Amino acid sequence: MTFASIIIQLLNGLAAAASLFLVSAGLSLIFGVTRIVNFAHGSLYMLGLYGAYTLIEALGRTPLGFWTSVVLSALAVGLVGVLIEVLVLRRIYRAPELFQLLATFAVVLVIKDIALFTWGAEDLVGPRAPGLSMAVEILGRRIPAYDLLLIAIGPVVLLVMWLLLTRTRWGALVRAATQDREMVGALGVDQAKLFTSVFFVGSVLAGLGGALQIPREPANLELDLSVIADAFVVTVVGGLGSIGGAFLAAMLIGVAKAFCIGVGTVNWFGAEIVFSKLTLVVEFLIMAIVLVVRPFGLLGKPQAAQRIAADPAPPLTVPSWTFVLVGLALLLAVPVAADRYVTILLTDIFCFALFAVSLHFIMGPAGMVSFGHAAYFGLGAYAAGLLMKRAGLPMEAALVLAPLVVGAFAVVYGWFCVRLSGVYLAMLTLAFAQISWSIVFQWDSFTGGSNGLFGVWPSAWLAGKTAYYYLALAFCGAGVALLWRVLFSPFGYALRAGRDSPLRAEAIGIDLRAYQWMAFVLVGALAGLAGAVYAFSKGSISPSTISIAQSTDGLIMVLLGGVETLKGPLAGAAIFTWLRDEVARRTEFWRGVMGVVILAIVLLFPQGLVGGLKALTQRWREAQSREKTA
Amino acid sequence: MLLVKDLHAYYGRAHILHGVSLEASAGDVVALLGRNGAGKSTVMKTIMGLVSAARGEVTFDGRRIERLPPYRIARLGLGYVPEDRRIFTELSVMENLAVGLQPPRAGAPSWTEDKLFALFPNLANMRERPGGRMSGGEQQMLTIARTLMGNPRCVLLDEPSEGLAPIIVEQMARSIHALKGEGLCVLLSEQNLHFSQAVADRAYIIEKGQIRFGGSMAELTADASLREQYLSV
Repeated sequence: MTFASIIIQLLNGLAAAASLFLVSAGLSLIFGVTRIVNFAHGSLYMLGLYGAYTLIEALGRTPLGFWTSVVLSALAVGLVGVLIEVLVLRRIYRAPELFQLLATFAVVLVIKDIALFTWGAEDLVGPRAPGLSMAVEILGRRIPAYDLLLIAIGPVVLLVMWLLLTRTRWGALVRAATQDREMVGALGVDQAKLFTSVFFVGSVLAGLGGALQIPREPANLELDLSVIADAFVVTVVGGLGSIGGAFLAAMLIGVAKAFCIGVGTVNWFGAEIVFSKLTLVVEFLIMAIVLVVRPFGLLGKPQAAQRIAADPAPPLTVPSWTFVLVGLALLLAVPVAADRYVTILLTDIFCFALFAVSLHFIMGPAGMVSFGHAAYFGLGAYAAGLLMKRAGLPMEAALVLAPLVVGAFAVVYGWFCVRLSGVYLAMLTLAFAQISWSIVFQWDSFTGGSNGLFGVWPSAWLAGKTAYYYLALAFCGAGVALLWRVLFSPFGYALRAGRDSPLRAEAIGIDLRAYQWMAFVLVGALAGLAGAVYAFSKGSISPSTISIAQSTDGLIMVLLGGVETLKGPLAGAAIFTWLRDEVARRTEFWRGVMGVVILAIVLLFPQGLVGGLKALTQRWREAQSREKTA
Repeated sequence: MLLVKDLHAYYGRAHILHGVSLEASAGDVVALLGRNGAGKSTVMKTIMGLVSAARGEVTFDGRRIERLPPYRIARLGLGYVPEDRRIFTELSVMENLAVGLQPPRAGAPSWTEDKLFALFPNLANMRERPGGRMSGGEQQMLTIARTLMGNPRCVLLDEPSEGLAPIIVEQMARSIHALKGEGLCVLLSEQNLHFSQAVADRAYIIEKGQIRFGGSMAELTADASLREQYLSV
């Protein structure tokens, strides 16, 4: 690599990093103050990009029109952020953190469909920046002038943010609230207004990040989740809540990716896949190294526990035998009594129920929230498919071996994950899922790439829908039973002890990290089993089984049902799968409808459906007993 | 000025306050005495709205406040100084003060940074120092100064002498006298009887979430058995 090409790659990287920095800074700021991981932050970026496109079309492709559009779009996105805060999040600040997360997932769904409705499914290619469409010659290479401008914008925004945070009272309030928002309230500061303002600023940053990309990348509906994944990586590498860290991390990752592409250019044509593979590996490697060396990111600090009087999770109750036996009897009778459609739908539900129960195990009792649980589900599906198609194993062997393969992946992923906790852990799991997804997506010759695998059918004796229904019930039921049983074993108690008080658990001799690692592997293997059963029920496997959307579906199922009960995830998986099926048959905008339904549930039942029902029945019982005593 | 009537509060399911009643008027320094875990801090937090009142009334300046959120209570002119100080460690002294700032209030002394530095001279020498790099005594002064920036008419001081060196405790006592001189109403919780005797006019004794004694400091000083029963360790 010549000196000139090094400089060029450096500039490329810095230009790409600008938007990444903006969106990550906004995410970090919002998280710091509100403790909400705003999954919808990528959606705000996407809206910024779409908004700029539409505004430029309206205002004209002149320099004035272009820059007015960029600014207006960013401000409009800021207002969308305010709307989200005021209409949704403000009502649930006292709800458990995970429920706030669920609300932001719902917002992602709603925004995606609003974008689909407004701008359609086609990618929209924006204009070059008027007046800046030329290229500047540097060391004999041509660099778009607009890229140079982007390189300048990053530090300027960093400076502005720094001044805002350190030189204004608003900044002092934001930093104070990041540490102890209750105390800030006791000093007479209206938190609601502060939060709204923080949401505005954070959303403007995301919107600006998106709008500035209009000459560089087409507006499309996939941006929301891909951007949030990148922003998570940047925030984790930089340190949550640190704007400077976000800047550093964005630059580091942007430049490293650019260099990978630069190195890959040795083989210009046909080698495209290799570059992007390398860029992903590099992003991941940076994150893995940083997190192992500095678990709170480059410039992050250990998270101060926010003083919120959260009640500890109540003890779990064992589902009664009556529940289990009656449930099993009913399910066994289904193929006899119901039609084919119900049988197929229930087969799906079994797979997702095991998926949800395994996710619940790790995020509830084990206390490790996973944003990337689809990694194990999807890898299970692919392992089963590949063992059969590429290794030539019989279907039965593939189905049984697939969970073991996934368990091996979980050994590796888990080793990193259990070194972290809280949001850092959650984001790392997401990163692993993204990496798994991209490898599967890009390795055409082995995994079938974006097309996926076809002809993954069960053996003849299981080919009937009814036969497969019983197989799915047996395998998934056994998986659920195993996980539930483990929860009430000493191992399960140790995990729960570790969740409630890591210090005390270690003080009585529990090697918490080892236990958590084992839990990761167990849960990964069983999610893999769910994926394998799912794969053979469909006959084909698509990369979407590993996608972020699949991971968030799992989270929605668990949170919808309620994370504090064992039956919650079952109910959540059943309701979600059924509802999605019903809604998707009626409207193209099923995501938006689901989003609205979830929002309604979040606002009405902040403890999840099963938790909410429990609370309702308890209130009813108390009222009854009061009447009796009165 | 501050009137608490039959206050009940819970932490989760644990019933902490069982009908606490007390009052404090302008220019009055009132001590709330009791052993560890008697409920002193909970009284303060419940008055401030940080713990929700399950039953009972809190009246401040003729207004019922037990259902208001903490920031509204603070804006009515009731200041709160927490037991564990809760300094913003990343913020400098000046920034900590800025967070506490509220507009001047009729009928309450108006504080400025300079006036506060006169009251707590140590702070004047470390305006730009981050809160996390201050000693316990300095942090205690800062947390009081920060609350005073809100120009309160009444302050709740939760264990102001706790963990401080004797010389700092003396300084703290002088500061509380100064607040009384400004006409503030002060309700302080204490385990340190000597300190309370030095600063307070009246006293309440709380045990197991109930008020066991209310009267003048002189009465309490005269009654050895009362002290023996509720305060000796």
